[in-house]
Amino acid sequence: MATKLQLLNVRKSFGALTVCRDISLTVDQGQMVCLIGASGSGKSTLLRCCNLLEPVDDGQILLDGADITDPEIDPVPIRQRIGMVFQSYNLFPHMTVIENVLLAPRRVFRQSREQLRDGAETLLRRFGLGDRMTHYPDQLSGGQQQRAAIVRALAMKPEIMLFDEITSALDPELVGEVLDAVRELKSEGMTMIMATHEMGFAREAADKVCFLDKGTIVEEAAPEAIFSAPARERTREFLRRVL
Amino acid sequence: MGTIVEQESPAGDGVASPPRPNRTRRAIRERRMRRRSLAIAAFSTAAVAAALVLLVPMAPGWDKVRTVFFNWEVMAKTFPKLLSAFTVDIMIFAWSAPIIAVWGLVIALFRDARSPALFPLRLFAIAYNDIFRGVPVILVIYLIGFGVPGLGLPRPWNSPYLWGTVALVLSYSAYVAEVYRTGIDSIHESQRSAAKSLGLTQADIMRYVILPQAIRRVIPANMNNFISLQKDVALLSFIGPIEVLRQAGVQKSLLANFTPYLGAAIIFLAVTIPATRLADHLIARQNRARS
Repeated sequence: MATKLQLLNVRKSFGALTVCRDISLTVDQGQMVCLIGASGSGKSTLLRCCNLLEPVDDGQILLDGADITDPEIDPVPIRQRIGMVFQSYNLFPHMTVIENVLLAPRRVFRQSREQLRDGAETLLRRFGLGDRMTHYPDQLSGGQQQRAAIVRALAMKPEIMLFDEITSALDPELVGEVLDAVRELKSEGMTMIMATHEMGFAREAADKVCFLDKGTIVEEAAPEAIFSAPARERTREFLRRVL
Repeated sequence: MGTIVEQESPAGDGVASPPRPNRTRRAIRERRMRRRSLAIAAFSTAAVAAALVLLVPMAPGWDKVRTVFFNWEVMAKTFPKLLSAFTVDIMIFAWSAPIIAVWGLVIALFRDARSPALFPLRLFAIAYNDIFRGVPVILVIYLIGFGVPGLGLPRPWNSPYLWGTVALVLSYSAYVAEVYRTGIDSIHESQRSAAKSLGLTQADIMRYVILPQAIRRVIPANMNNFISLQKDVALLSFIGPIEVLRQAGVQKSLLANFTPYLGAAIIFLAVTIPATRLADHLIARQNRARS
Protein backbone atom coordinates (compact mmCIF):
# COMPACT_ATOMS: atom_id res chain seq x y z
CA MET A 1 0.00 0.00 0.00
CA ALA A 2 1.21 3.45 -0.86
CA THR A 3 1.82 5.88 1.98
CA LYS A 4 -0.79 8.64 1.90
CA LEU A 5 0.15 10.76 4.87
CA GLN A 6 3.29 10.68 6.91
CA LEU A 7 4.07 12.60 10.09
CA LEU A 8 7.74 12.95 10.99
CA ASN A 9 8.65 14.19 14.48
CA VAL A 10 5.79 16.67 14.57
CA ARG A 11 6.00 19.09 17.45
CA LYS A 12 3.45 21.69 18.47
CA SER A 13 3.29 23.99 21.49
CA PHE A 14 0.86 26.63 22.63
CA GLY A 15 3.05 28.99 24.63
CA ALA A 16 4.75 26.96 27.32
CA LEU A 17 2.39 24.02 26.83
CA THR A 18 3.72 21.34 24.50
CA VAL A 19 0.72 19.57 23.01
CA CYS A 20 2.44 17.29 20.50
CA ARG A 21 6.01 16.15 21.01
CA ASP A 22 7.88 14.24 18.32
CA ILE A 23 4.89 12.50 16.86
CA SER A 24 5.61 10.21 13.92
CA LEU A 25 2.88 8.30 12.18
CA THR A 26 2.31 6.69 8.80
CA VAL A 27 -1.12 6.40 7.23
CA ASP A 28 -1.44 4.26 4.11
CA GLN A 29 -3.84 4.77 1.25
CA GLY A 30 -7.29 3.49 2.26
CA GLN A 31 -6.28 2.97 5.85
CA MET A 32 -8.38 3.94 8.84
CA VAL A 33 -6.31 5.08 11.83
CA CYS A 34 -7.96 5.75 15.18
CA LEU A 35 -6.38 8.03 17.77
CA ILE A 36 -7.41 7.23 21.32
CA GLY A 37 -6.40 8.80 24.60
CA ALA A 38 -7.68 11.08 27.33
CA SER A 39 -8.87 14.62 26.66
CA GLY A 40 -5.86 16.89 26.34
CA SER A 41 -3.59 14.12 25.09
CA GLY A 42 -3.04 15.96 21.79
CA LYS A 43 -5.40 14.10 19.44
CA SER A 44 -7.31 17.16 18.23
CA THR A 45 -4.22 19.28 17.83
CA LEU A 46 -2.57 16.54 15.81
CA LEU A 47 -5.55 16.45 13.43
CA ARG A 48 -5.62 20.23 13.17
CA CYS A 49 -1.93 20.18 12.27
CA CYS A 50 -2.58 17.66 9.48
CA ASN A 51 -5.09 20.11 8.00
CA LEU A 52 -2.75 23.08 8.51
CA LEU A 53 -5.33 24.69 10.78
CA GLU A 54 -2.43 24.86 13.23
CA PRO A 55 1.09 25.41 11.95
CA VAL A 56 3.52 22.84 13.33
CA ASP A 57 6.51 24.17 15.24
CA ASP A 58 8.89 21.48 14.09
CA GLY A 59 8.90 18.27 12.09
CA GLN A 60 7.23 17.51 8.78
CA ILE A 61 3.93 16.26 7.43
CA LEU A 62 4.11 14.63 4.00
CA LEU A 63 1.04 14.26 1.81
CA ASP A 64 1.80 11.88 -1.07
CA GLY A 65 5.45 12.42 -0.23
CA ALA A 66 5.30 16.22 -0.52
CA ASP A 67 6.06 18.32 2.52
CA ILE A 68 2.92 20.32 3.33
CA THR A 69 4.40 21.93 6.45
CA ASP A 70 6.84 24.00 4.41
CA PRO A 71 6.11 27.51 5.72
CA GLU A 72 6.41 28.90 2.20
CA ILE A 73 3.48 27.01 0.70
CA ASP A 74 -0.12 28.23 0.53
CA PRO A 75 -2.26 26.13 2.90
CA VAL A 76 -5.52 26.72 1.00
CA PRO A 77 -5.00 24.19 -1.84
CA ILE A 78 -3.73 21.63 0.68
CA ARG A 79 -6.86 21.98 2.80
CA GLN A 80 -8.96 21.43 -0.30
CA ARG A 81 -7.50 17.92 -0.52
CA ILE A 82 -8.12 17.11 3.15
CA GLY A 83 -11.62 16.94 4.62
CA MET A 84 -12.29 17.56 8.28
CA VAL A 85 -15.29 17.02 10.54
CA PHE A 86 -15.47 18.60 13.98
CA GLN A 87 -16.91 17.61 17.34
CA SER A 88 -19.38 20.52 17.32
CA TYR A 89 -20.44 20.05 13.64
CA ASN A 90 -19.62 23.72 12.81
CA LEU A 91 -22.22 23.90 10.07
CA PHE A 92 -22.87 27.42 8.80
CA PRO A 93 -26.07 28.33 10.66
CA HIS A 94 -27.25 30.92 8.13
CA MET A 95 -27.32 28.45 5.24
CA THR A 96 -29.53 25.50 4.46
CA VAL A 97 -27.97 22.04 4.42
CA ILE A 98 -27.62 22.01 0.64
CA GLU A 99 -26.08 25.50 0.65
CA ASN A 100 -23.61 24.35 3.32
CA VAL A 101 -22.62 21.51 1.01
CA LEU A 102 -22.44 23.63 -2.15
CA LEU A 103 -20.51 26.63 -0.83
CA ALA A 104 -16.95 25.32 -1.01
CA PRO A 105 -17.29 23.49 -4.36
CA ARG A 106 -18.93 26.57 -5.88
CA ARG A 107 -16.15 28.87 -4.76
CA VAL A 108 -13.19 26.51 -5.20
CA PHE A 109 -14.14 24.65 -8.39
CA ARG A 110 -15.82 27.78 -9.83
CA GLN A 111 -18.89 25.83 -10.82
CA SER A 112 -22.52 26.93 -10.63
CA ARG A 113 -25.14 25.60 -8.24
CA GLU A 114 -26.84 23.93 -11.21
CA GLN A 115 -23.72 22.04 -12.21
CA LEU A 116 -23.10 20.89 -8.66
CA ARG A 117 -26.62 20.29 -7.38
CA ASP A 118 -27.08 16.74 -8.67
CA GLY A 119 -23.88 15.53 -7.11
CA ALA A 120 -24.63 17.23 -3.80
CA GLU A 121 -28.16 15.84 -3.67
CA THR A 122 -26.96 12.32 -4.42
CA LEU A 123 -24.41 12.60 -1.64
CA LEU A 124 -26.98 13.94 0.84
CA ARG A 125 -29.44 11.18 -0.03
CA ARG A 126 -26.77 8.55 0.45
CA PHE A 127 -26.24 9.77 3.99
CA GLY A 128 -29.97 9.82 4.72
CA LEU A 129 -30.47 13.56 4.39
CA GLY A 130 -32.61 13.53 1.25
CA ASP A 131 -35.53 15.16 3.05
CA ARG A 132 -33.43 17.64 4.99
CA MET A 133 -31.67 19.50 2.20
CA THR A 134 -33.56 22.77 2.52
CA HIS A 135 -33.58 22.73 6.32
CA TYR A 136 -31.38 24.98 8.40
CA PRO A 137 -28.88 23.33 10.78
CA ASP A 138 -30.85 24.30 13.90
CA GLN A 139 -33.83 22.36 12.54
CA LEU A 140 -31.84 19.11 12.52
CA SER A 141 -30.92 16.60 15.20
CA GLY A 142 -27.29 16.38 16.26
CA GLY A 143 -26.82 13.19 14.25
CA GLN A 144 -28.28 14.77 11.14
CA GLN A 145 -26.12 17.85 11.58
CA GLN A 146 -23.00 15.75 11.90
CA ARG A 147 -23.88 13.69 8.82
CA ALA A 148 -24.46 16.98 6.95
CA ALA A 149 -21.01 18.11 8.08
CA ILE A 150 -19.53 14.87 6.74
CA VAL A 151 -21.28 15.40 3.39
CA ARG A 152 -20.08 19.01 3.30
CA ALA A 153 -16.49 17.79 3.63
CA LEU A 154 -17.00 14.97 1.09
CA ALA A 155 -18.37 17.39 -1.50
CA MET A 156 -14.82 18.68 -1.93
CA LYS A 157 -13.80 15.14 -3.01
CA PRO A 158 -11.05 14.96 -0.38
CA GLU A 159 -8.26 12.40 -0.57
CA ILE A 160 -8.24 11.94 3.15
CA MET A 161 -10.73 12.62 5.95
CA LEU A 162 -9.97 13.78 9.49
CA PHE A 163 -12.60 13.17 12.17
CA ASP A 164 -12.17 15.05 15.43
CA GLU A 165 -14.30 13.30 18.08
CA ILE A 166 -17.30 13.57 15.82
CA THR A 167 -19.62 11.65 18.13
CA SER A 168 -18.62 13.25 21.43
CA ALA A 169 -21.31 15.94 21.34
CA LEU A 170 -24.09 13.54 20.36
CA ASP A 171 -26.80 11.95 22.47
CA PRO A 172 -25.96 8.24 22.82
CA GLU A 173 -28.83 7.10 20.59
CA LEU A 174 -27.52 9.25 17.72
CA VAL A 175 -23.94 7.98 17.80
CA GLY A 176 -24.74 4.92 15.70
CA GLU A 177 -25.99 6.76 12.63
CA VAL A 178 -22.83 8.87 12.46
CA LEU A 179 -20.53 5.88 12.92
CA ASP A 180 -22.47 4.11 10.15
CA ALA A 181 -21.56 7.00 7.87
CA VAL A 182 -17.89 6.49 8.71
CA ARG A 183 -18.22 2.73 8.05
CA GLU A 184 -19.72 3.54 4.68
CA LEU A 185 -16.70 5.69 3.83
CA LYS A 186 -14.33 2.96 4.94
CA SER A 187 -16.04 0.47 2.68
CA GLU A 188 -15.31 2.83 -0.22
CA GLY A 189 -11.64 2.89 0.63
CA MET A 190 -11.42 6.44 2.03
CA THR A 191 -8.21 7.17 3.94
CA MET A 192 -9.19 8.37 7.40
CA ILE A 193 -7.76 9.50 10.72
CA MET A 194 -10.23 9.60 13.56
CA ALA A 195 -9.81 10.86 17.10
CA THR A 196 -12.44 9.06 19.12
CA HIS A 197 -13.65 7.91 22.51
CA GLU A 198 -15.72 5.12 20.92
CA MET A 199 -13.46 2.18 21.82
CA GLY A 200 -15.84 -0.41 20.42
CA PHE A 201 -15.86 1.34 17.07
CA ALA A 202 -12.08 1.76 17.02
CA ARG A 203 -11.68 -1.93 17.73
CA GLU A 204 -14.10 -2.96 15.03
CA ALA A 205 -13.34 -0.49 12.23
CA ALA A 206 -9.74 0.71 12.58
CA ASP A 207 -6.80 -0.75 10.72
CA LYS A 208 -4.47 0.80 13.25
CA VAL A 209 -4.98 2.33 16.68
CA CYS A 210 -2.66 4.87 18.28
CA PHE A 211 -2.82 5.58 21.99
CA LEU A 212 -1.75 9.13 22.79
CA ASP A 213 -0.75 10.39 26.21
CA LYS A 214 0.72 13.79 27.06
CA GLY A 215 1.39 14.61 23.44
CA THR A 216 3.19 11.44 22.40
CA ILE A 217 2.12 8.24 20.72
CA VAL A 218 2.68 5.73 23.52
CA GLU A 219 1.56 2.71 21.57
CA GLU A 220 0.65 2.06 17.96
CA ALA A 221 -0.72 -1.32 16.90
CA ALA A 222 -3.52 -3.24 15.24
CA PRO A 223 -6.77 -2.85 17.19
CA GLU A 224 -6.85 -6.45 18.38
CA ALA A 225 -3.35 -6.16 19.77
CA ILE A 226 -3.90 -2.86 21.53
CA PHE A 227 -7.26 -3.76 23.06
CA SER A 228 -6.55 -7.36 24.09
CA ALA A 229 -2.86 -7.24 24.87
CA PRO A 230 -1.61 -3.66 25.30
CA ALA A 231 2.16 -3.63 25.55
CA ARG A 232 2.55 -0.54 27.69
CA GLU A 233 1.46 0.05 31.24
CA ARG A 234 0.01 3.52 30.40
CA THR A 235 -2.15 2.00 27.67
CA ARG A 236 -3.38 -0.71 30.03
CA GLU A 237 -4.22 1.87 32.67
CA PHE A 238 -6.13 4.06 30.18
CA LEU A 239 -8.11 1.13 28.80
CA ARG A 240 -8.96 -0.06 32.31
CA ARG A 241 -10.46 3.34 33.01
CA VAL A 242 -12.53 3.66 29.83
CA LEU A 243 -13.63 0.12 29.07
CA MET B 1 -41.84 22.42 40.85
CA GLY B 2 -44.26 20.92 43.37
CA THR B 3 -47.48 19.34 42.32
CA ILE B 4 -49.50 20.42 45.33
CA VAL B 5 -52.93 21.34 44.07
CA GLU B 6 -55.31 23.84 45.56
CA GLN B 7 -57.77 22.00 47.77
CA GLU B 8 -61.33 21.71 46.66
CA SER B 9 -63.76 23.68 48.73
CA PRO B 10 -65.19 21.44 51.46
CA ALA B 11 -68.69 22.87 50.87
CA GLY B 12 -68.90 21.22 47.51
CA ASP B 13 -69.94 17.73 48.63
CA GLY B 14 -72.20 16.06 46.15
CA VAL B 15 -72.31 19.11 43.88
CA ALA B 16 -69.93 19.03 40.92
CA SER B 17 -67.61 21.94 41.60
CA PRO B 18 -66.75 24.07 38.56
CA PRO B 19 -63.50 23.01 36.92
CA ARG B 20 -60.72 25.23 38.16
CA PRO B 21 -57.19 25.47 36.89
CA ASN B 22 -54.74 23.49 38.97
CA ARG B 23 -52.54 26.14 40.51
CA THR B 24 -49.56 25.41 42.64
CA ARG B 25 -49.13 27.32 45.87
CA ARG B 26 -46.29 29.21 44.29
CA ALA B 27 -48.39 30.26 41.29
CA ILE B 28 -51.11 31.57 43.61
CA ARG B 29 -48.60 33.57 45.61
CA GLU B 30 -46.96 34.97 42.49
CA ARG B 31 -50.34 36.06 41.16
CA ARG B 32 -51.12 37.83 44.42
CA MET B 33 -47.76 39.61 44.39
CA ARG B 34 -48.24 40.66 40.77
CA ARG B 35 -51.61 42.21 41.54
CA ARG B 36 -50.21 44.00 44.53
CA SER B 37 -47.31 45.57 42.64
CA LEU B 38 -49.68 46.65 39.86
CA ALA B 39 -51.87 48.40 42.40
CA ILE B 40 -48.92 50.14 44.01
CA ALA B 41 -47.55 51.28 40.63
CA ALA B 42 -50.95 52.65 39.55
CA PHE B 43 -51.42 54.53 42.80
CA SER B 44 -47.98 56.14 42.84
CA THR B 45 -48.23 57.15 39.17
CA ALA B 46 -51.60 58.76 39.77
CA ALA B 47 -50.22 60.63 42.79
CA VAL B 48 -47.26 62.04 40.84
CA ALA B 49 -49.45 63.01 37.89
CA ALA B 50 -51.94 64.77 40.17
CA ALA B 51 -49.14 66.67 41.88
CA LEU B 52 -47.78 67.85 38.51
CA VAL B 53 -51.18 68.94 37.24
CA LEU B 54 -51.99 70.78 40.45
CA LEU B 55 -48.59 72.25 41.30
CA VAL B 56 -47.06 73.32 37.97
CA PRO B 57 -49.88 75.83 37.16
CA MET B 58 -49.20 77.41 40.56
CA ALA B 59 -45.75 78.51 39.36
CA PRO B 60 -45.65 82.28 38.86
CA GLY B 61 -44.68 82.13 35.18
CA TRP B 62 -47.09 79.36 34.15
CA ASP B 63 -49.54 81.53 32.24
CA LYS B 64 -46.76 82.95 30.11
CA VAL B 65 -45.19 79.54 29.50
CA ARG B 66 -48.55 78.17 28.49
CA THR B 67 -49.16 80.79 25.82
CA VAL B 68 -45.58 80.67 24.53
CA PHE B 69 -44.95 76.90 24.53
CA PHE B 70 -48.34 75.21 24.60
CA ASN B 71 -50.32 77.43 22.30
CA TRP B 72 -52.74 75.21 20.43
CA GLU B 73 -53.67 77.88 17.96
CA VAL B 74 -50.06 78.25 16.89
CA MET B 75 -49.66 74.49 16.87
CA ALA B 76 -52.61 74.02 14.55
CA LYS B 77 -51.32 76.72 12.23
CA THR B 78 -47.68 75.55 12.03
CA PHE B 79 -47.91 71.79 12.34
CA PRO B 80 -48.65 71.12 8.64
CA LYS B 81 -45.65 73.26 7.66
CA LEU B 82 -43.48 71.35 10.10
CA LEU B 83 -44.69 68.06 8.74
CA SER B 84 -43.86 69.01 5.17
CA ALA B 85 -40.41 70.23 6.31
CA PHE B 86 -39.92 66.87 7.99
CA THR B 87 -39.97 65.22 4.57
CA VAL B 88 -36.59 66.91 4.03
CA ASP B 89 -35.30 65.15 7.16
CA ILE B 90 -36.65 61.88 5.87
CA MET B 91 -35.02 62.38 2.50
CA ILE B 92 -31.63 63.19 3.97
CA PHE B 93 -31.95 60.17 6.26
CA ALA B 94 -33.05 57.95 3.40
CA TRP B 95 -29.99 58.58 1.29
CA SER B 96 -27.51 58.86 4.16
CA ALA B 97 -28.43 55.61 5.91
CA PRO B 98 -27.54 53.18 3.08
CA ILE B 99 -24.29 55.03 2.38
CA ILE B 100 -23.40 54.84 6.08
CA ALA B 101 -24.27 51.13 6.23
CA VAL B 102 -21.95 50.36 3.30
CA TRP B 103 -19.10 52.74 4.11
CA GLY B 104 -19.16 51.65 7.76
CA LEU B 105 -18.74 48.06 6.63
CA VAL B 106 -15.82 49.04 4.41
CA ILE B 107 -14.14 50.78 7.36
CA ALA B 108 -14.74 47.74 9.56
CA LEU B 109 -13.13 45.47 6.96
CA PHE B 110 -10.16 47.83 6.55
CA ARG B 111 -9.75 47.80 10.30
CA ASP B 112 -9.65 44.00 10.34
CA ALA B 113 -7.25 43.71 7.40
CA ARG B 114 -4.49 41.37 8.53
CA SER B 115 -2.06 41.21 5.64
CA PRO B 116 0.95 43.55 5.86
CA ALA B 117 0.33 44.93 2.38
CA LEU B 118 -3.00 46.26 3.59
CA PHE B 119 -1.53 47.87 6.70
CA PRO B 120 -2.08 51.42 5.37
CA LEU B 121 -5.80 50.68 5.12
CA ARG B 122 -5.81 49.40 8.67
CA LEU B 123 -4.01 52.49 9.86
CA PHE B 124 -6.47 54.67 7.95
CA ALA B 125 -9.44 52.91 9.54
CA ILE B 126 -8.02 53.25 13.04
CA ALA B 127 -7.35 56.98 12.55
CA TYR B 128 -10.75 57.44 10.92
CA ASN B 129 -12.59 55.83 13.82
CA ASP B 130 -10.60 57.72 16.42
CA ILE B 131 -11.18 61.08 14.76
CA PHE B 132 -14.85 60.83 13.84
CA ARG B 133 -15.94 59.20 17.06
CA GLY B 134 -13.94 61.77 19.01
CA VAL B 135 -15.34 64.92 17.41
CA PRO B 136 -18.92 66.13 18.04
CA VAL B 137 -21.14 65.60 15.01
CA ILE B 138 -22.09 69.28 14.96
CA LEU B 139 -18.43 70.25 14.62
CA VAL B 140 -17.94 67.97 11.65
CA ILE B 141 -21.05 69.46 10.09
CA TYR B 142 -19.78 73.00 10.61
CA LEU B 143 -16.29 72.28 9.35
CA ILE B 144 -17.41 70.45 6.24
CA GLY B 145 -20.69 72.25 5.63
CA PHE B 146 -19.13 75.69 5.75
CA GLY B 147 -15.56 74.82 4.88
CA VAL B 148 -15.90 72.92 1.62
CA PRO B 149 -18.42 75.25 -0.10
CA GLY B 150 -16.07 78.04 0.95
CA LEU B 151 -13.72 76.74 -1.75
CA GLY B 152 -16.00 78.48 -4.20
CA LEU B 153 -17.16 75.34 -5.99
CA PRO B 154 -19.81 75.79 -8.70
CA ARG B 155 -23.35 74.45 -8.28
CA PRO B 156 -24.30 71.74 -7.42
CA TRP B 157 -21.01 71.13 -5.64
CA ASN B 158 -21.65 73.83 -3.06
CA SER B 159 -24.97 72.39 -1.89
CA PRO B 160 -25.39 72.18 1.89
CA TYR B 161 -27.41 69.01 1.33
CA LEU B 162 -24.40 67.36 -0.26
CA TRP B 163 -21.82 68.45 2.32
CA GLY B 164 -24.22 67.98 5.21
CA THR B 165 -24.74 64.43 4.05
CA VAL B 166 -20.99 63.93 3.76
CA ALA B 167 -20.55 65.14 7.35
CA LEU B 168 -23.24 62.79 8.65
CA VAL B 169 -21.76 59.88 6.71
CA LEU B 170 -18.26 60.55 8.03
CA SER B 171 -19.40 60.70 11.66
CA TYR B 172 -21.93 57.93 11.69
CA SER B 173 -20.01 55.39 9.63
CA ALA B 174 -17.33 55.46 12.34
CA TYR B 175 -19.88 54.35 14.93
CA VAL B 176 -21.47 51.84 12.60
CA ALA B 177 -18.05 50.40 11.73
CA GLU B 178 -17.36 49.69 15.41
CA VAL B 179 -20.68 47.87 15.72
CA TYR B 180 -19.88 45.75 12.67
CA ARG B 181 -16.53 44.94 14.18
CA THR B 182 -18.02 43.64 17.41
CA GLY B 183 -20.30 41.52 15.22
CA ILE B 184 -17.38 40.09 13.28
CA ASP B 185 -15.49 39.38 16.51
CA SER B 186 -18.53 37.64 17.97
CA ILE B 187 -18.57 34.88 15.35
CA HIS B 188 -17.03 31.81 16.96
CA GLU B 189 -13.58 30.76 15.83
CA SER B 190 -14.94 27.30 14.98
CA GLN B 191 -16.85 28.78 12.04
CA ARG B 192 -13.57 30.04 10.64
CA SER B 193 -11.92 26.66 11.24
CA ALA B 194 -14.70 24.83 9.42
CA ALA B 195 -14.53 27.22 6.47
CA LYS B 196 -10.75 27.00 6.31
CA SER B 197 -10.85 23.21 6.43
CA LEU B 198 -13.02 23.26 3.31
CA GLY B 199 -10.27 25.13 1.47
CA LEU B 200 -12.01 28.50 1.23
CA THR B 201 -9.83 31.59 0.88
CA GLN B 202 -9.77 34.28 3.58
CA ALA B 203 -11.84 36.59 1.36
CA ASP B 204 -14.47 33.92 0.74
CA ILE B 205 -14.60 33.03 4.43
CA MET B 206 -15.30 36.65 5.28
CA ARG B 207 -17.82 37.15 2.51
CA TYR B 208 -19.83 33.94 2.74
CA VAL B 209 -19.38 32.70 6.30
CA ILE B 210 -18.49 35.51 8.71
CA LEU B 211 -20.17 38.65 7.38
CA PRO B 212 -23.67 37.25 6.75
CA GLN B 213 -23.79 36.05 10.35
CA ALA B 214 -22.08 39.12 11.82
CA ILE B 215 -24.26 41.68 10.04
CA ARG B 216 -27.43 39.89 11.04
CA ARG B 217 -26.29 39.71 14.63
CA VAL B 218 -25.67 43.46 14.93
CA ILE B 219 -28.82 44.67 13.21
CA PRO B 220 -30.49 45.65 16.52
CA ALA B 221 -27.37 47.42 17.78
CA ASN B 222 -27.02 49.28 14.51
CA MET B 223 -30.67 50.29 14.63
CA ASN B 224 -29.83 52.40 17.66
CA ASN B 225 -27.18 54.18 15.60
CA PHE B 226 -29.67 54.87 12.86
CA ILE B 227 -32.22 56.18 15.35
CA SER B 228 -29.59 58.68 16.54
CA LEU B 229 -28.88 59.55 12.92
CA GLN B 230 -32.57 60.29 12.37
CA LYS B 231 -32.40 62.87 15.16
CA ASP B 232 -29.05 64.31 14.12
CA VAL B 233 -30.29 65.07 10.62
CA ALA B 234 -31.81 68.11 12.36
CA LEU B 235 -28.28 69.42 12.96
CA LEU B 236 -28.03 70.18 9.24
CA SER B 237 -30.42 73.06 9.89
CA PHE B 238 -27.36 74.99 11.06
CA ILE B 239 -25.82 74.96 7.59
CA GLY B 240 -28.90 75.76 5.52
CA PRO B 241 -31.45 73.09 4.59
CA ILE B 242 -35.00 74.08 5.60
CA GLU B 243 -35.79 70.91 7.46
CA VAL B 244 -38.12 70.59 10.42
CA LEU B 245 -35.95 72.24 13.07
CA ARG B 246 -35.13 75.14 10.78
CA GLN B 247 -38.79 75.49 9.80
CA ALA B 248 -39.74 75.50 13.48
CA GLY B 249 -37.20 78.30 14.00
CA VAL B 250 -38.68 80.28 11.12
CA GLN B 251 -42.20 79.89 12.48
CA LYS B 252 -41.01 80.81 15.95
CA SER B 253 -39.64 84.08 14.62
CA LEU B 254 -42.74 84.84 12.56
CA LEU B 255 -45.21 84.18 15.37
CA ALA B 256 -42.98 85.04 18.32
CA ASN B 257 -43.98 81.74 19.89
CA PHE B 258 -42.03 78.63 20.83
CA THR B 259 -44.83 76.14 20.23
CA PRO B 260 -43.43 75.11 16.80
CA TYR B 261 -40.42 73.64 18.62
CA LEU B 262 -42.80 71.48 20.63
CA GLY B 263 -44.41 70.44 17.35
CA ALA B 264 -41.02 69.45 15.93
CA ALA B 265 -40.27 67.44 19.06
CA ILE B 266 -43.57 65.59 18.73
CA ILE B 267 -42.79 64.72 15.11
CA PHE B 268 -39.37 63.32 16.07
CA LEU B 269 -40.85 61.30 18.91
CA ALA B 270 -43.50 59.85 16.60
CA VAL B 271 -40.63 58.27 14.63
CA THR B 272 -38.04 57.51 17.27
CA ILE B 273 -40.23 55.91 19.94
CA PRO B 274 -41.61 53.14 17.70
CA ALA B 275 -38.16 52.62 16.19
CA THR B 276 -36.56 52.32 19.64
CA ARG B 277 -39.19 49.86 20.77
CA LEU B 278 -38.61 47.77 17.66
CA ALA B 279 -34.85 47.74 18.29
CA ASP B 280 -35.38 46.74 21.93
CA HIS B 281 -37.74 44.00 20.81
CA LEU B 282 -35.20 42.67 18.32
CA ILE B 283 -32.44 42.72 20.94
CA ALA B 284 -34.63 40.89 23.44
CA ARG B 285 -35.56 38.28 20.85
CA GLN B 286 -31.90 37.78 19.95
CA ASN B 287 -30.93 37.36 23.61
CA ARG B 288 -33.67 34.77 24.03
CA ALA B 289 -32.55 32.91 20.92
CA ARG B 290 -28.97 32.76 22.14
CA SER B 291 -29.71 31.60 25.69
